[in-house]
Amino acid sequence: MRFKIIPTIIIIVFTATFIIFFKGLKNSNIYTPNVDLEKKVPSLVFKSFDTNLDIISENIFNKNKFYLVNIWASWCIPCRDEHKFLMKLKKREEIELIGLNYKDNNKNAQNFLGELGNPYDKIFVDKDGTSSINWGAYGVPESFLIYKNKIIKRYIGPINNRNVIEIEKIIK
Amino acid sequence: MIGSYSLGFGLFFSFIIIFFSINDLKNVENLNKKIISFTFLQFVFVVISFFGLIISFVNSDFSNETVFNNSHTAKPLFYKISGTWGNHEGSLLLWLLVLTLFVFIFLLKSDKQPKKYRIFTLLFQQIIIIGFFIFLIKTSSPFNFIFPVPEEGLGLNPILQDPALAVHPPILYLGYVGSSIIFSSALAAMVSTYVTKEWAKHIKQWVLISWIFLTLGILLGSVWAYYELGWGGFWFWDPVENVSLMPWFALTTLLHCILVLEKKGILTSWAMVLSIATFALSMSGTFLVRSGILNSVHTFANDPERGLFILIFLFSLILLSIFIFLFFHTNKEKTENNFFWLSKETSILVNNWFMMYFLSVVLIGTIYPIFLEVLTSNKISVGPPFYNKLILPFLIPFLFAMAIGPKLKWIKSDFQDKLNMLILLIISFLISALIIKEFDISFLINTILVSSAFFLFFVTLREFFIKKLKNLPQNIAHFGFSLLILSILLNNIFSTEVITNLKIGETFKSDKFSINFANIDQENGKNFKSIIGKFKVEHEDGSIDALRPELRIYNQPNIVTSEADIKTNFFTDKFITMNYVQNQEYFNIRYQVKPLMIWIWMSVLLLSFGGLMSIFKKRYEI
Amino acid sequence: MRLLHIFLIIILIFNFNLIKADEIQTENKIAKNLRCLICQGQSVYDSDSEFALSLKLVISNKISDGMTEEQIYSFLKKKYGEWILYDPVLNKNTYFLWLLPLLIFLAGGAIIIKKLYIRK
Repeated sequence: MRFKIIPTIIIIVFTATFIIFFKGLKNSNIYTPNVDLEKKVPSLVFKSFDTNLDIISENIFNKNKFYLVNIWASWCIPCRDEHKFLMKLKKREEIELIGLNYKDNNKNAQNFLGELGNPYDKIFVDKDGTSSINWGAYGVPESFLIYKNKIIKRYIGPINNRNVIEIEKIIK
Repeated sequence: MIGSYSLGFGLFFSFIIIFFSINDLKNVENLNKKIISFTFLQFVFVVISFFGLIISFVNSDFSNETVFNNSHTAKPLFYKISGTWGNHEGSLLLWLLVLTLFVFIFLLKSDKQPKKYRIFTLLFQQIIIIGFFIFLIKTSSPFNFIFPVPEEGLGLNPILQDPALAVHPPILYLGYVGSSIIFSSALAAMVSTYVTKEWAKHIKQWVLISWIFLTLGILLGSVWAYYELGWGGFWFWDPVENVSLMPWFALTTLLHCILVLEKKGILTSWAMVLSIATFALSMSGTFLVRSGILNSVHTFANDPERGLFILIFLFSLILLSIFIFLFFHTNKEKTENNFFWLSKETSILVNNWFMMYFLSVVLIGTIYPIFLEVLTSNKISVGPPFYNKLILPFLIPFLFAMAIGPKLKWIKSDFQDKLNMLILLIISFLISALIIKEFDISFLINTILVSSAFFLFFVTLREFFIKKLKNLPQNIAHFGFSLLILSILLNNIFSTEVITNLKIGETFKSDKFSINFANIDQENGKNFKSIIGKFKVEHEDGSIDALRPELRIYNQPNIVTSEADIKTNFFTDKFITMNYVQNQEYFNIRYQVKPLMIWIWMSVLLLSFGGLMSIFKKRYEI
Repeated sequence: MRLLHIFLIIILIFNFNLIKADEIQTENKIAKNLRCLICQGQSVYDSDSEFALSLKLVISNKISDGMTEEQIYSFLKKKYGEWILYDPVLNKNTYFLWLLPLLIFLAGGAIIIKKLYIRK
């Protein structure tokens, strides 16, 4: 009896391991944002881009509107790729674009916007990257779709056409 | 092109060898000479295709996809050659090369062994070889064409352009592949009922060889990580490092277990399980690294199809071995082979016990996140704190056992020179207490850990004098191990470091040293530009070090790497790196003083030297 | 249950030992226990990426704000998930992770003792 139980157990364990590895192969290893993450908009003090004034985040997202917070920098190359999609979103009435300028120098950032156009309704500055950490961001570029003080969608990396279509669907 | 034909021929020969071997099983006389020539021919074909690939790399033949992806005309010749195995396809070809070479050597060296056993080993080995041939040809052929032929290649990742890393893969593979011989030979021994003391004696050589190469391979990887990855660590508990450590644990266990088998003819089943486990762990290492299922610094460009292939291959081999183990292996141990609780047998069992525990910690820590993610889609990280917590406390009894164990006799023993041991123990404790107290780090556990390491250190050191040449290899290896643990512990406890931002001309001051960032220089290398920072570090004792860390801007591919400057001496390493900070005029400087670094490397060399000696020493009493 | 006790004691010893006054040391310790999410297999402490540099700044700010180590971990866990912590906490997901090696150790010991006694 004992002789038969042990082999059965060994074989079951190996089969289970096989199946799990097999499934594991299909999972991508790219940092998939966890669904259980905090959804509330972090309460923070922001520095405004042009006026250098402090603004509390509660006063930014107070309207009954959608907001897209976009973390960008002039030195970030993928930010150039996503720029035209942001310009496209700018045309929509239902959504307000908030730029968060990440570890940038003001002059370069101005030039960047001057060259490619300014899609943002408001721009804030994150000189040392700490505000972005409070947002739970990984880096540049990254975007958060916000409605009623809740983060409803996040995009790590540059926004593409598919994302724009998705956003347009949500805000309708 | 010749290369890929060669591969085809090599595969073809596998089948011929299998056919002839099975035929030959019926004969009673000696092994058919043809089989040996066929294995040799197979090896030659793999060599041809391997050299074909090297030549394509040297000539920068970009019509070859592998060359295009991993090479560049501006690369120095040395790295063009090492680039051959610096990528997935080439490294597999290298693997295959070693595999065929080892089978050939095995056949030559085993002529005193029973014929049936040799043929079965060859058969199992050919199954593995065929698996690798198919894997190579089907999913990762190094000889794919690109048309139109590109002008320039994409280049090799600059962090891989390094002398230590150029030789790291071949050495490591020698270790891995050696374990495949152990695997096939264990299976063959079971099938041909040859699990005996003679077998143990014969296979011990292979165990030692793979163990030495694996040890050296891990050492090289670790040295590379230390000076190249630029954060001054040498072991990160990175999944890929773990993957090479696991077969090492299994091999070390096997090495000790085989000694018991050789002497007493017991623990046969356990030796079989270990032989199978060693190879299975080496293979799963390949699977975990190549399939991209893990997050790691080493991940090659990955492709799920490859992962799937290795997975299926691996599990069929394991199932095959389980099957053989269950049906062919009969435990014929004589029960009168009794042993007393205080004996060499027990001490080796204790070694095996702890080794298995360490192995299980590393194994579980490495694959648990994968399991959890698949089952519950929760992602967790298992990092250094986990391993430290689970391994360090257990190191204490392990080190003590290691100090006492080798002094015991077979079957039944008594403690000898208790008094001397006690004195050494007290000395070790006093020294450790002194060291720890002086630096005011009141870790209770550290004191005990360091004293147990010191204890082993003294005991083995003393053995050199009292036992003279008897048991020298074993003693060297154990001494090396104590030195390793001791250096690692003291290094961990007494490393100091500073991370700061400095502009050119600025000076950072702390109570122990000041770092002056004098100026920067620019130089041009063959395929990179470098920015060299000139630093002056002044210590409290008045000594001044001039350090020159570098930032290298490689042009193909366009990557910036940070090269550490390390001043090594007998007791400490001084390690400095600088890094560019986005959009700031200052640089991020990391300065570390790391004691006993050189001894970590030396002790591992000593460890493998012990292994090497015992290969050449024909008979030795343990 | 006894196992759990032994285990908790081990953890306690470690935590107890590691209480150090120095803020920088605490900061470094925290950073060493965090995974740099955008790097491959590096801790935040070891990494010089933009993400890691900012995160180190956040940690030192939080420490000066008087947050404890545990609070900082739970803050980051909320933001980034458990994935960021190198030292997995003991909860229902990780029981096996922590206890399985110890169980294997005990089982190994049991096998050896059995082998020694039954033979005699």
